Amino acid sequence: MTYEAVIGVEVHAQLRTKSKLFCGCGTVFGLAANSQTCPLCLGLPGSLPVLNRAAVEMAVRAGLALNCTIAVNNIFARKNYFYPDLPKGYQISQYEAPICEHGWIEIAVGEGTQRVRIRRAHLEEDAGKSVHVAGTNGSRVDLNRAGTPLLEIVTEPDLRSADQVVAYLKGLRDVLMYLEVCDGNMDEGSFRCEPNLSLRPLGQKEFGTKVELKNINSFKFVKDAIDYEIKRQTKVLSEGGKINQETRLWNLDRGETAVMRSKEDAHDYRYFPDPDLVPLKLDQEWIEGCRKQVAELPAVRMRRFVSEFGLSEYDAGVLTASRAMADYYETCVGLFNQPKIVSNWVMGELTRELNRSGTDASASPVSPEQLVSLLQLVEQGTISLKVAREIFPEVYSSGKTPEQIVQEKGLIQVSDEGALDQVIGDVLAKNLTQVAQFKEGKQQVLGFLVGQVMKASGGKANPGKVNELLKKRLG
Amino acid sequence: MSIHRLSLYELHEKFTAGEVTATEIVRAYGLRIGQVEPKVKAYITQTKDTAVKQAGALDASLKGWRKTLPLMGMPLAIKDNICTQGVLTTCASRMLGNFVPPYDATVIAKLRAQGYQLLGKTNLDEFAMGSSTENSAVGPSRNPWNLECVPGGSSGGSAAAVAADECAAALGSDTGGSIRQPAAFCGVVGLKPTYGRVSRYGLIAFASSLDQIGPITKDVRDAAFLLGAIAGHDPLDSTSADVPVPDYLKALKRKDLKKLKVGVPVEFFAEGLDPDVEQAVRAAIQELKALGGEIREIQLPRTDAAVAIYYVIATAEASSNLARYDGVKFGLRAKETKDLLDLYMKTRQEGFGPEVKRRIMLGTYVLSAGYYDAYYGKAQAVRTLIRQDFEAAFQDVDLIVTPVTPTPAFKFGAKGDDPLQMYLSDVFTISANLAGVPAISLPCGFSRDGLPIGLQLIGRPFEEETLLRAAYAYEQNTQWRAKKPVIR
Repeated sequence: MTYEAVIGVEVHAQLRTKSKLFCGCGTVFGLAANSQTCPLCLGLPGSLPVLNRAAVEMAVRAGLALNCTIAVNNIFARKNYFYPDLPKGYQISQYEAPICEHGWIEIAVGEGTQRVRIRRAHLEEDAGKSVHVAGTNGSRVDLNRAGTPLLEIVTEPDLRSADQVVAYLKGLRDVLMYLEVCDGNMDEGSFRCEPNLSLRPLGQKEFGTKVELKNINSFKFVKDAIDYEIKRQTKVLSEGGKINQETRLWNLDRGETAVMRSKEDAHDYRYFPDPDLVPLKLDQEWIEGCRKQVAELPAVRMRRFVSEFGLSEYDAGVLTASRAMADYYETCVGLFNQPKIVSNWVMGELTRELNRSGTDASASPVSPEQLVSLLQLVEQGTISLKVAREIFPEVYSSGKTPEQIVQEKGLIQVSDEGALDQVIGDVLAKNLTQVAQFKEGKQQVLGFLVGQVMKASGGKANPGKVNELLKKRLG
Repeated sequence: MSIHRLSLYELHEKFTAGEVTATEIVRAYGLRIGQVEPKVKAYITQTKDTAVKQAGALDASLKGWRKTLPLMGMPLAIKDNICTQGVLTTCASRMLGNFVPPYDATVIAKLRAQGYQLLGKTNLDEFAMGSSTENSAVGPSRNPWNLECVPGGSSGGSAAAVAADECAAALGSDTGGSIRQPAAFCGVVGLKPTYGRVSRYGLIAFASSLDQIGPITKDVRDAAFLLGAIAGHDPLDSTSADVPVPDYLKALKRKDLKKLKVGVPVEFFAEGLDPDVEQAVRAAIQELKALGGEIREIQLPRTDAAVAIYYVIATAEASSNLARYDGVKFGLRAKETKDLLDLYMKTRQEGFGPEVKRRIMLGTYVLSAGYYDAYYGKAQAVRTLIRQDFEAAFQDVDLIVTPVTPTPAFKFGAKGDDPLQMYLSDVFTISANLAGVPAISLPCGFSRDGLPIGLQLIGRPFEEETLLRAAYAYEQNTQWRAKKPVIR
C-alpha cells in the first residue's frame, strides 16, 4: 500500500526583545549562569509578572505578516507542571485566546507555490535550562532563559513531505527575520521546530496516529528526521503494526528517532487564566498601525524590485534578504535613479565592507546619501569609476564625505585637453614602437597606450577623453 | 500615658512634636513585648535589636528637626507573608522556614521610605490558609482577651499584637476575611481595601485574585492613616489600580452618616448567628441610624453560594501559586532523596502542613481536565453573579452593614476536626473578596463572656473614604475602644 505523510509543525520563535516577557531582565545569550535573573525569574514568593509591550507588538507584527486574525482580547493562562527549570511550577502562556489565529503563509514548492495554513500563534515565556555536568552528582539549573518571550506558531496539518516542511520553515524563518522579530539562530535555540507526523493510506481522509518529533536544531536534521520517521512508520504499518501516539527524539549520532514519552505520560496542564495578569485588550487602531509596518514581505518586495528596477531575480533576492539592506537600496535609488549601478555598489563594495566589519546595513557608516554622492562624482566625470572604488573603503572607515577625500587626495579627474595633451605627448615619445605598430593597423595597441596615459596621470585622467585625444593624435 | 497605649496617630503627633524620640518608642515597645509576648505569641520573628539601632540613627539624623514623614519612627508589625528584605519571611510554614527575601514588598518599600520601625513579623495560619492561626507551623497565637481562645486568622498574629499593644499598628492580608475576622475577634480595627488599591507585589500569594494587604489598627483614624501610606498604583503589580489616593484622614471630618444610605442584607442575619453577635450588630445599626444614616433592608441573594465558590477559586489559585515550593531553588529541600520525583514529594510532604495540603489537593482537582468546567468554570460564573449582586445593591445604598463573624472568638481546637465548620466561620467576610469591594471591621460590643464583637461595613470599589467616615462616626459615638484586654 502507498502511504501519505500528514505533517504539521510547531515552531517556537524567540522574540528579539531587549528584556524578558514579564520582567526587566536582559535576553542576551550565553552569559554566566543565572546572571540575568530577578525575583520573578527565580520564582521567588511574592514576585509578580508585568507584560512587556514590545513582545506583544512583535507578536502582532508576525501575526499580521502571516495573514492572521489578531485577537483584541488576550488572556494569559498558566500551564501547570513540575520541572526543575520551570521556576514557578507553571509557564505563563496563552491557551483559549491566542493573540494570532487563522493565518497562512505561501511557500515555494518546486516550480510553484503552496499555501500553508497557520492555526494559531501565541505568546509564552520560555523555561530555564537544566545542565547536566558529566562526572558530577545531580543537575544544575540556569534560569537566564526563563521568561524569555516566545511566539509559538502552529500550522494546520498541511504538509506532506520533508521538503515541504523545510520550505515552510525556511519561509517562516525568513519572514520573522525580515520583520526583525526573531534572529532565526537555530544553534542558540532562537528558532526551534517540532514537527508532528502521521501516515494514512493514500486517498484516505481520516488521519492516522500522530507522532511528535523533538530535538531538531537544523534544517538538515528536520529533513533527516522526517524522512526517517516516514520510513519507520511505513514499515510498521506495512507489517500490520500500530503506531503509538508518542513523542520521539531525533538522535543525531544514530540517525534515528527514539521514544521520549508516550501518550500515557501526557500531562494534565490544568490551564487557567493567570490571576496576576489582567486581560490584555488591543486597540484596533494600534493593530492597524502595526499592519502598516509589515506592509511588504521579502517575497513580494523581491518581485517588485524585479519589475520596478529591472533587476535580475538573483540580485533582487540578495537585496531583499534583509529589510535593512532593501531599505538602504531603495533609499539610494530614490536619490539616484540608476537602479543597476546602485545595485552593483550595494551588493559589491558596500556589502564587502559591511561583512568585513560585521555591520548591519541599518548601521552602515556610509549613509545612502553619501554613497549616492560618490556615484554622482563618477557620473559627473569628477572622478573615475576606478578611483571611486579605490576610495570607498576610506569613505566607509574614515567618516569623511567622498568629496572631502577626493579633494584631500587631489583625485579630481583630469579632462582638460591641454593638460592631457602634455601627458599623451610624453607617453607617445616613450613608446615609439607601439605607435608604429598602431599605424601599421594593430588596433589593440590603443588600449595599451590608454593604460600608459592613465598610469602616467596617476589614474586621474578621464579615460574617455584620453581615448578620444589619442585617436586624434595617432589618426 | 504609656507610649504603647497610644494610637498610631497619637504617637505620630507626639513624635512630630518632639515629645518622644524614636528610640524611646522602640524601647517602650520592647518592654511591652517582653511582658506580654510569652502569653500572646503574636510574633514569629522579632526585630527589636535592629529597630533600636535604626531608631538611634533616626534620632541622630533628625537632631531635633521635627518636620517628619507620617510614619517616621512608627513601630509596626508585619504579617509574615509580606516580604521584608533581609528579614526572615516564613509564611508560618516549614517550607519557608529559612527564607530571607532579597527584596521588599512594595508596601514595605513605602513604609521604609517614610522611616518606619519594623518590630517584627507576625504569626499567621500557614500561607494564610485558616481562620485561627492554629495552622501555623510554629504554633498558634492567643487572643489577648482570653488566652484560651483563638485570635482569629489568618492575620491572627497581627490582630493579637495590635490588641495587646505589642505594636502601634500592623499590616495583614485578607483573602476571605483574614484581616477582618481576627480584627473582630481581637477587638481592633481591620480594613480590607478594594482589590487593586494596595500593591500585592511582595505579598506571598495564596489566591491572587482575592488577596489584598490592609491595615490592622487600634482605631479607625489609624486605619485611615496607615491605608494612605500603603495605597496606590504600582507598576510592579499588573492588578493594582491606577486610581488616585485621596487623603483618607480628611474623610473623618464629618462625624455623622447624614445623607448616607445603609443597607442591611437579610441573608446575613440568618440561622447560626450567635445571639450576642446579632444583638450587638442590631444595636450598632440603630446607632448608625441615630447618626443620620438611612437604614434599608437589601438583598444579596447569592450569599449562600459564596463559601462554596470561594473554596473552589481560592484553592485553584493556591494549587498553582504553591507549585514553586519544590525544593529546587529556595526554602526547604528534603534530604536523602533518590530522584527528582522523590525530591518533590518528600519536600512537599515535609514542608506543608495538613490544611495547605488539603487546599492544594482541592485546587488541583477542580482545575483537572474533565472537572474544570463543573467546578472552576462554574465558580467563576457565580463569582460574576455575586459581584453583580453588590453592584445592584450599591445602586440603592452607599454602605452595607453586617456582622463580621457568626460567633465571637472560639476556643482552641473547637473547630480543628471539622474543616467545613472552620470554612463557614468566614461566611460573612468572603463575599467582599469575591466582589473585590472594600470592607472594614470595627468593635461594636462584647459577648457575655467578655469577648469582642465586630461590625462590618462594606463599600463601593475605591470608596474607602465612605467606609472610614461611617466607621469613625460610629467609633467616636461609642466607647468600645476604651476597653482594653487584661492579659493573664
